[in-house]
Parts: sequence; C-alpha cells; structure tokens
Amino acid sequence: MSDGMRVDLKETARAIGEQVAGPNAADVDATGRFPAESIEAFRDAGLLRALISVEEGGLGASVDEVAEAVAELGRWCSSSGMILAMHSIQVACLVRHGDSAAFSDYRRRVADEGLLLASATTEIGIGGDVRSSTCAVEADGDSFSLRKQAPVISYGEYADAILATARRTPESAASDQVLVVCEKDAYTLERTTEWNALGFRGTCSSGFVLDAHGNFDHVFATPYGDMSSQTMLPVSHILWSSLWLGMASEADARARRFVQGAARKTPGVVPPSALRLAELALTMQELHDLVHGARSRFRAADEDPDLGASIGYATSMNSLKVAASGLLIEAIQKALLICGMAGYANASPFTLGRLLRDAYGAQLMVNNDRINANNAQLLLVQRER
Amino acid sequence: MEETIRKVLGDYAKLPVDITAVDRNADLYALGLTSHASVNVMLGLEDAFDVEFPDALLRKDTFQSIADIADALSGLVDSASV
Repeated sequence: MSDGMRVDLKETARAIGEQVAGPNAADVDATGRFPAESIEAFRDAGLLRALISVEEGGLGASVDEVAEAVAELGRWCSSSGMILAMHSIQVACLVRHGDSAAFSDYRRRVADEGLLLASATTEIGIGGDVRSSTCAVEADGDSFSLRKQAPVISYGEYADAILATARRTPESAASDQVLVVCEKDAYTLERTTEWNALGFRGTCSSGFVLDAHGNFDHVFATPYGDMSSQTMLPVSHILWSSLWLGMASEADARARRFVQGAARKTPGVVPPSALRLAELALTMQELHDLVHGARSRFRAADEDPDLGASIGYATSMNSLKVAASGLLIEAIQKALLICGMAGYANASPFTLGRLLRDAYGAQLMVNNDRINANNAQLLLVQRER
Repeated sequence: MEETIRKVLGDYAKLPVDITAVDRNADLYALGLTSHASVNVMLGLEDAFDVEFPDALLRKDTFQSIADIADALSGLVDSASV
C-alpha cells in the first residue's frame, strides 16, 4: 500500500465518532448496552485489523496510529474507544509474538472476518495479580482444554475470541504463564456477575467462567511474562492513556466553548472562568506531553530491545498509567468548575457527567495502588531513570 | 560462589523446590521465580557479594538460571576487586 493510499485512522475514527459512536453514546451509557453499531463501523472501516500487516490483510498501522484513533473516539464514546483499545492490545500480542504459521493464518482470519478479540487475564482467587494464574492449560494430544474463572471479561459475550492467561501445564508454577487464543466456537461462557457500573457501561465487563478447548497451536510459545513486559503492559498503558487524553480533550473543549461564549457577551472584560481555563490548560499539557512522551519511548524500545527490557522502561510505563489516570480526573474536574451547573446538567451542550463517571474507572482498571506497589519494588534496584 | 547464590535463592526466590538440587542451567522462571521475588534475590545477592548490579544487568535474563547469575556476578566481583 503506498503512503498516498494509507488510511488516516484518526480521521476514520473522527467520522465514526461523529456519525455513529457519539449519537449512540448516551443510550449505550443509559442502558449499559454493548455499542454494536460502533464495533460494526470499526470493522467496516478496517480499524479492527489496523495493526495486522498489509500482507496478512490488515492496514499495517503502528500502535501510534491506533492510539490517535482511540484518542479521537474518547471524545465521542469512551466505551467504544475502550473496546477498540482492548481489542487492539490483543491484536498487538498476536502481531508481535505470534511467530508460527498457525498464528499467521489466524491473523489473516482476524483481518478477513473482522474478528473482535477480548481478554481474560485476571482470575478469581489470585488477588488481581495478572502475572499469576491458578488455571492451567491441560494437554490432550494436539488439543488443549482450559477452564478459567474470570472476574471480568470485557465484552466477553460479544467477542469472537478470548485471549486468556493460564499456567503452562497443570504442574507449572503460578507465575509460569502462557497466553492462549480461545475461539468462540470452542468455548462456553457462563456469566457469574452482571456489569452495572458507574462508568464505561458499554464495555459490558461481566464476570464469566470460561470453558475452552482448542488446538495447541493456539498457545503462544513466548512466556507470558515476556509478552506482558514487551507488549501487553506498554501497549495497554499507551492506548488507555491515549483514550483518557481524548476524554480530557473533550472536557477541555467544552470548557473552552463555555468561557469563549461568556467572553463574547462581555468584550473587553476577561471572564473570571478564563483563569480556570488557564489552569486547565496546564493539566491538559501535562497529560498530552505525558502520553506523547510515552509513545515516543515505546517507539524507541522497538528500535532498542535493551531499552525495552530495562527496569526504567517498566517503571516509566507504570508511571504513565498512574499519572495519566489521575490527570484525567483532574482535567474533567477543572472543566466542571468552569462550566458550573451547565456541566453538571445531563441535558446540556456542556454536560460532563458521563465523562466524569467514565474517568473514575481509569485509576481502578489495574488498580493504581497495585501499580505503585510494583514500582516501589522495582525502584529498590533501579539506578537511572 | 554458587553455594552462596543457592543460599540467597533459597532465602528469597520462594521456589517450590529444593534449591540445592536445582541444575545450574535450569530455568528459574519456569520453576516459579516471579519478577517480584527476583528483585529480592537481586537485593540479597548485592548484600551477599557487596556489589551493585548496573542497569545493563537488571533484566530478566540475568536471573534466568544459577549459571547466568554466576556469570553476571563474576564480572561484577572481578571489576570490584580491580
């Protein structure tokens, strides 16, 4: 594909946001339903296969380009954007770690059939530590079976495949994990909890018992620990924080329109809220530069595997998540003070309620306390930043 | 040196196996070494050998096996005594 024919993912996402995700966002939130029309639009526009190479039927896009698309969607429907982010994290694992012919074939199928991929990394009984599993891959000739009690599988009921972590064998240690692609026609999901949450209501992140079977060629050879540090963790934090940047940008835009509207009524007098807008601009710049700095660090780690394997890289990606999730809430809170009751009202062009409710999820999805505790330990031996 | 390495691993690696019987080339991560425990192993080794692992060695494969740890420490102990 020549550069001239490249799909502009940001522009594609903006159009989907404006025409599909945005107009449905209030209903998705009110009823807690899966934003099927957004996902259909992603599929039609190629967003679900963006990270897959052109040779295998995808768009050959970079994580950076997908991050731009996810950020754009954050302005229209956080749940739709989060689903694209979570799906893309799974595709990134397939692209960066699926070296076999079987995984190449599977990527072609993801691209051709527009498959939606979900994730089951947490497990009941492990206390939220995704680097440890109780369930195990059980071999039976060329086949495997896997039964996992997952407290959360976002959009599990709507996915075409679920990438699940498990111990490599029933004899393996809890930390000796592999990632397994479980396909919909070979698993059952028994729902154990209902998703009725404060925000991100369209992600439909219910709990399930996953009972899966499949061919062993759907088990990644690379240890999950390596996939986690090289791909799952940095790509997650980059795409999530990009979504948060988009959400904060929308709140910032509403606050700016509010202040500028007031200014037009009193030319010559700077409205008092303009000072708060200047404060909001500081937060927005911090968040923007934090996210873009992390993206450039991720690109650098792709060029230099030693950087990617360093403790400094791991702590910086952890810090990205903790800092960005906090700045998101700070930004929307400042926007709310600027817009006042017009921001507090649900039916108002300046409404911030849904964005604020969604924003509070950011610090909880992989709890910031857990990430800080992880960094606290790594900093005991880290030498340079 | 390996005896001390095994002692530190026994104290901090929290492996569900007898560390004195583990082959020097065995994959410690497959035996259950977590990234959390590996940091404690690093701290224990730094104390036992009075060295400091430089950034370049603070990576997963430095602690992949007893042999890998011994290799890394040999370089550090040598340069410390020069």
